[in-house]
Amino acid sequence: MNAISPAMSKMSGRKVTVHYGQKQALFDVNLEIPERMVTALIGPSGCRKSTFLRCLNRMNDVIDGCRVGGEIVLDGQDIYDASLDVVMLRARIGMVFQKPNPFPKSIYDNVAYGPRIHGMGATKAELDEIVESSLTRAGLWNEVKDRLDQPGTGLSGGQQQRLCIARAIAVSPEVILMDEPCSALDPIATAKIEELIDELRENFTIVIVTHSMQQAARVSQKTAFFHLGYLIEWGDTEQIFTSPKDERTQGYITGRFG
Amino acid sequence: MPNKAPDHIVKSFDEELRRLREQILAMGGRAEAQLVDAVAALAKRDSEKAVRVIESDKNIDAIEMQVAQDSLKVLALRQPMAKDLREVVAAIKISSDIERIGDYAKNIAKRALQLNQLAPLRPTSSIPRMGDLAVKLISAVLSAYANDDADGLLAAWRSDESIDEMYNSLFRELLTYMMEDPRNIGASTHLLFIAKNIERIGDHATNIAETVHFLVHGKPIDETRPKGDTTNVAINA
Amino acid sequence: MSDAKMNGTAAARPNPRPNLSQQWIRRRYAAERRFRLYGLLAVAAAIAMLAVLLVSIVGRGYSAFYQTQVSLDVFLDPAEIAADGRTDADTLMGANYMALVRESLRGIFPEVTGRTERRDLNRLISNSAGDVVRTAVMDDPSLIGQTIRLTFPLDDKIGMLHKGFIDRNLPESERVVSDREIAWYDRLVSEGLVSTGLNWNFLSKGDSREPEQAGILGAFMGSMFTMLVTIVLALPLGVMSAIYLEEFAPKNRVTELIEVNINNLAAVPSIVFGLLGLAVLLGVFGMPRSAPLVGGVVLSLMTLPTVIIATRAALKAVPPSIREAAYGVGASPLQVVLHHVLPLATPGIMTGAIIGLARALGESAPLLMIGMVAFIVDVPGAVTDPATVLPVQIYLWADSPERAFIEKTSAGIMVLLAFLITMNAIAIFVRRRFERRW
Repeated sequence: MNAISPAMSKMSGRKVTVHYGQKQALFDVNLEIPERMVTALIGPSGCRKSTFLRCLNRMNDVIDGCRVGGEIVLDGQDIYDASLDVVMLRARIGMVFQKPNPFPKSIYDNVAYGPRIHGMGATKAELDEIVESSLTRAGLWNEVKDRLDQPGTGLSGGQQQRLCIARAIAVSPEVILMDEPCSALDPIATAKIEELIDELRENFTIVIVTHSMQQAARVSQKTAFFHLGYLIEWGDTEQIFTSPKDERTQGYITGRFG
Repeated sequence: MPNKAPDHIVKSFDEELRRLREQILAMGGRAEAQLVDAVAALAKRDSEKAVRVIESDKNIDAIEMQVAQDSLKVLALRQPMAKDLREVVAAIKISSDIERIGDYAKNIAKRALQLNQLAPLRPTSSIPRMGDLAVKLISAVLSAYANDDADGLLAAWRSDESIDEMYNSLFRELLTYMMEDPRNIGASTHLLFIAKNIERIGDHATNIAETVHFLVHGKPIDETRPKGDTTNVAINA
Repeated sequence: MSDAKMNGTAAARPNPRPNLSQQWIRRRYAAERRFRLYGLLAVAAAIAMLAVLLVSIVGRGYSAFYQTQVSLDVFLDPAEIAADGRTDADTLMGANYMALVRESLRGIFPEVTGRTERRDLNRLISNSAGDVVRTAVMDDPSLIGQTIRLTFPLDDKIGMLHKGFIDRNLPESERVVSDREIAWYDRLVSEGLVSTGLNWNFLSKGDSREPEQAGILGAFMGSMFTMLVTIVLALPLGVMSAIYLEEFAPKNRVTELIEVNINNLAAVPSIVFGLLGLAVLLGVFGMPRSAPLVGGVVLSLMTLPTVIIATRAALKAVPPSIREAAYGVGASPLQVVLHHVLPLATPGIMTGAIIGLARALGESAPLLMIGMVAFIVDVPGAVTDPATVLPVQIYLWADSPERAFIEKTSAGIMVLLAFLITMNAIAIFVRRRFERRW
């Protein structure tokens, strides 16, 4: 009943494995990521949900001794295929990190950086437009429009994270990966980000790793539960949180282990 | 308890859920006793007992209030998920069903008081049989709830059908009595309402059975609900 | 379940209450005060030693920046300067100006007649006096035939006497200045001819055997050229290797081996680099001896490991989150390094480079090996000219017997320190500039 027709699926992992050196971290993960939906990855610490997330835009490539097996497909194309350029892939799959990490540059440059290196916005006016629309979509424009030349690091934590989201959406990615984007934020800033995620769902496919089960329940349509490197269960968020099938999922989301 | 889940990391959460369940069971036990007493008061024409039943209904109402408050507290403070969430929701639903059962028992006792003033009517004897069935149904459902075991539930759930059938036959019987002798109309109407109350009690017990099934399995009973009450059709016949 | 039981009993017994007595708290604060006092004493001791060092150096060296001069009226005798009436440059250049100065001095001391006495009298004045006259005449040949007042440096011994470094009360045999010379000097003083002036020679001349003529400029320029070569070689090479090793090179046995060897190289005694320079640069490639070019190459070899290690540390210190952020928006590895990592690491790289250069600046051992210890009078004008450097110059002066070289040595150290401080100031300035961006 969870089967998603391939047409709807934006990305899918097929028997994905990850090794760090000799140690296997991720075991045969099969997961479909439906288009224009929020998929939440939950699980206890060290369950490798972030590892899986980082496979999706090949961020693990940066780590030495990390090997990814199996197949991850974006729009029918294997992203680990040699013919696919990793830099282009990351332009299509944006990422927002756990700790807000704006560049130590101005707010404007933070957002404009991606478009610049990807050759979007040839003129200053076009770039200005991209920056404004990205910041607007990230719900930050009204707060920063008078101080675009000030450092992005001077914003509050929640604003920094929204700046990072603006930076990610500035390159018009198809998928946005979020690695615990609210773990460093207070509840109000968290609520703003969650609202933003809900709005972004209209145009982007979103995959979010979160420690907060409530957050997964609030923002996602699909939920996948990872445990000890295995994908235990995935399906509609509603079903996972009201009547999960697996005992381990049940135990984790009701606070019996993890 | 079979397939008992391991304890929560937060022990007081377990404690709260356990108390909720205990309150429901206590409440169910009281409602069951109320029904037994109300039917007995009718069968034995014991007006004192009937008065006791009427008075002790407020105890059940009080427990229901308590359950509602406790459930709300758990929802607000613990944000329960999955089985825990179903547990709390089930508690709210079951308690309101039990409260209704209590109300019906009280109504039976009130009518028993009235009937005791009138000459005894023969069909009175079939009411206790109906009451017995209802009591059995309630206790089966409650023990399923207590044991977190939905397997034996289907049998009990189906037995509601026989209550409905008994109600149907009683309905026809009383109809003939009233047509025979219009002086019987007062007593017969009371009996008819008592029978209807017991039938409603059976429906609420069925509700509880369904809730327990959802609580245990996380999904509703697949079969359609047994529906034995055909009186609405019978009147037209 | 023994551990469960243990937990049970341990949990049942409450922990003891903290000790809240005044005495206990006082003891804790007293310990803290003691610790702070030790720290303060350590800092004070360090500052005191530095102060002693600086005071003793400045105290001894400041006088080198002044020289004792005598003003004499010199008759620019056309017969002596341009005997046959020619005033072309060669003639003016070759004239014996010293004789004119001596003539003038004899005019003041007419009673000195003996041959030996005269020679001693002439020695009162530095033999660079002729140069002073020559310069004056060359600047304005029309002065020939006139009598002009010129100022000449006195001999270093008289200078020492004037500056009070020589005790007149010592018996004559233990003094470097004879009674007669003191008498002459006193006469010059009483006639108001002796004065003290800024020692331009020291700041504008190369080395000399005569202390009053010895200058630091030669060594200073030598150091400048050497540093220039070192910076030009060590900085780009070091930074590039560090970036490659840190950001691009695969982590395998080969790179590990390289890494270990770089660390080892940083610990190699500097004289070894000198030997290497001697054997390879001079021996194999036949580069010029004593040249700042060779010195710079040797010092850059010595500095390279320091620069690489400092640069790698600075690159490592750039938070990984910035790299991830840049990769996340699709920057290529080169863009990540150039746009994000390098700008953030620049202050650290600069600091490391300056520390390496400061060490190279103070280095003398490897330069001894490649001949930069030679006695060189000319101020070098290019990296291939023979030269010496400040620390070697200091070493040379410290080795010289004349009393006047003591103050020169200290003055040389002052110049070296000033050079170092300037470099560090530039480093701080650069750091601030780059850090100031945010």
